[in-house]
Amino acid sequence: MATQQTSAAARVLVAPSVVLLFLWMIVPLAMTLYFSSLRYSLLDAENIGFVGLQNYTAFLSDPDFTSALLNTLILVGSVLAISVGGGILVALLMDQPVFGQNALRLMVIAPFFVMPTVSALVWKNLLMNPDSGLFAWIARSFGLEPVVWFTNYPMLSVIIVVSWEWLPFASLILLTALQSLDEEQKEAAQLDGAGPFSYFFYIVLPHIARAITVVILIETIFLLSVFAEIYVTTGGGPGVATTNIPFLVYKEALLNFDVGSASAGGIVAVVLANIVAIFLMRIVGRNLEG
Amino acid sequence: MGSIQLKSVRKAFGAVSVINGVDLDIKNGEFAVFVGPSGCGKSTLLRLIAGLEDVTSGQILIDGQDATDIGPSKRGLAMVFQSYALYPHMSVRGNIAFALKMAGEKADVIERKVSKAAATLNLTDYLDRKPRQLSGGQRQRVAIGRAIVREPKAFLFDEPLSNLDASLRVQMRVEIGELHNDLKTTMIYVTHDQVEAMTMADKIVVLDRGSVAQVGTPLELYNRPNGLFVAGFIGSPKMNFIGGAPAAKRGAATIGIRPEHVAISTTDGEWPATVRLAEHLGSDTFVHAEGDGLGPLTLRLEGEAPLKPDQRIFVTPREANLHKFDKDGRRID
Repeated sequence: MATQQTSAAARVLVAPSVVLLFLWMIVPLAMTLYFSSLRYSLLDAENIGFVGLQNYTAFLSDPDFTSALLNTLILVGSVLAISVGGGILVALLMDQPVFGQNALRLMVIAPFFVMPTVSALVWKNLLMNPDSGLFAWIARSFGLEPVVWFTNYPMLSVIIVVSWEWLPFASLILLTALQSLDEEQKEAAQLDGAGPFSYFFYIVLPHIARAITVVILIETIFLLSVFAEIYVTTGGGPGVATTNIPFLVYKEALLNFDVGSASAGGIVAVVLANIVAIFLMRIVGRNLEG
Repeated sequence: MGSIQLKSVRKAFGAVSVINGVDLDIKNGEFAVFVGPSGCGKSTLLRLIAGLEDVTSGQILIDGQDATDIGPSKRGLAMVFQSYALYPHMSVRGNIAFALKMAGEKADVIERKVSKAAATLNLTDYLDRKPRQLSGGQRQRVAIGRAIVREPKAFLFDEPLSNLDASLRVQMRVEIGELHNDLKTTMIYVTHDQVEAMTMADKIVVLDRGSVAQVGTPLELYNRPNGLFVAGFIGSPKMNFIGGAPAAKRGAATIGIRPEHVAISTTDGEWPATVRLAEHLGSDTFVHAEGDGLGPLTLRLEGEAPLKPDQRIFVTPREANLHKFDKDGRRID
């Protein structure tokens, strides 16, 4: 009896926050859904009306959408590969005892604290600028032609900038996972005759698999919505070379002033994020069990 | 084969010397137990033998060959860790097979050896489980299985039973003892529990602050401890140490008498005392008493002794079982 009463009371007590959170989610979603079914252009605000799925068919059949989808997947995939792969290496290095360990760790984590617009500007103007950037200076001092990063390799440049931001996060999470590895397991593996590579692949990697899963899931959520870095550096170009889905939605809403189409794009982005999430949970989610 | 010799082995961590020159000779097939209080260096000594730590100076010989600079996996020794150190993401089979896999054995050979080890240790039904699905005693057996399949020259046990509850500990103690009888392989066993040492060992090595205090069979250490440290460490309850007049009368600085080597009378005897507490175990009675001018005495009587707190008793040591020590704590014969 007592437990029943307690759980009933608990339900009543948590209800306000559940209701608030539900509204917090459902109101914007419902409004976006509603707008996505309207002919609603800010340039033609007199002429608002219901159009059904027309916004969706227009958005999905737009050739820019296909390239934006591809760009999104390339960006997410590449940054994940670089930050997880690089993060494991950096974490292994940071796990070694060195002088000034704490200062070093602080420096490694620092890029994560820089806001995306600022780090993108730093890369654009101080590092990758073909006239005054550090890379250009290095190239010239070797007598080479400087690379015009954002014009000639726009996607690669964006990937580099975003990876630089997310590598520290991956490194930090993986470092804590590495540090929780039992020292006696290492010694047992040593006695069992495992060399450094066997030790890494049979003991370390399975041990940090769960942390890698967490990194992939969290990073994917944020990487699907990368915007500031693109806005500040390439503006989605040249052409649509670096336009991803969030940037395409932005263009529809605030450059073409088409609220209906932008809302449809937003819903498409939500669906896409869910598809990616389902795939991810299928592939890596079982690491989180147990 | 599996004889292990240590020649003036020293180990220091920075300026702190942990092992101060240990000479030791463990013969093939022997069950040697390193025992001592915590911090005496017994685990470090085991790790030096395993190769997990490098000696600062001295030599370690395995089967007569200098193994001082050989890596841990090449020494042909297998170790069972205190925490078992099982690989949590591998099944029991994977754990036991790991060393063989690393050695590049063929799959059918691995399978045969793993099955054999599992059968020896009653693990056959658990081969496909993960370590976290096993009980403490089963994990312990997996750790031993992992050691057995390598067919090592010697087994090294680092306080393997300290994570088990009391009844399981007794059971595993028997199992390890039987395993030694079956395999006839050299075993070195580290423990702080002198009961484990006494029950399992062919040879006990008592360590005190990084040095060997005494080496001998369990009964040698019990009957003829060479100093106060060993006398106080071996035996449960602890030996009573008495200084002053009773010791001087026998020509010693300190005399020691084990709790079981006294006669108790309620009428007369050498040392008058007052009972503080009587612990009735059924088979024995442990009496904690305060000797007049002697300090606390622990006495062990067979069966049920009808003694109560505050009762006056007289304690008489059996002269034949009395241990005499000089002022430096060394044994006088």
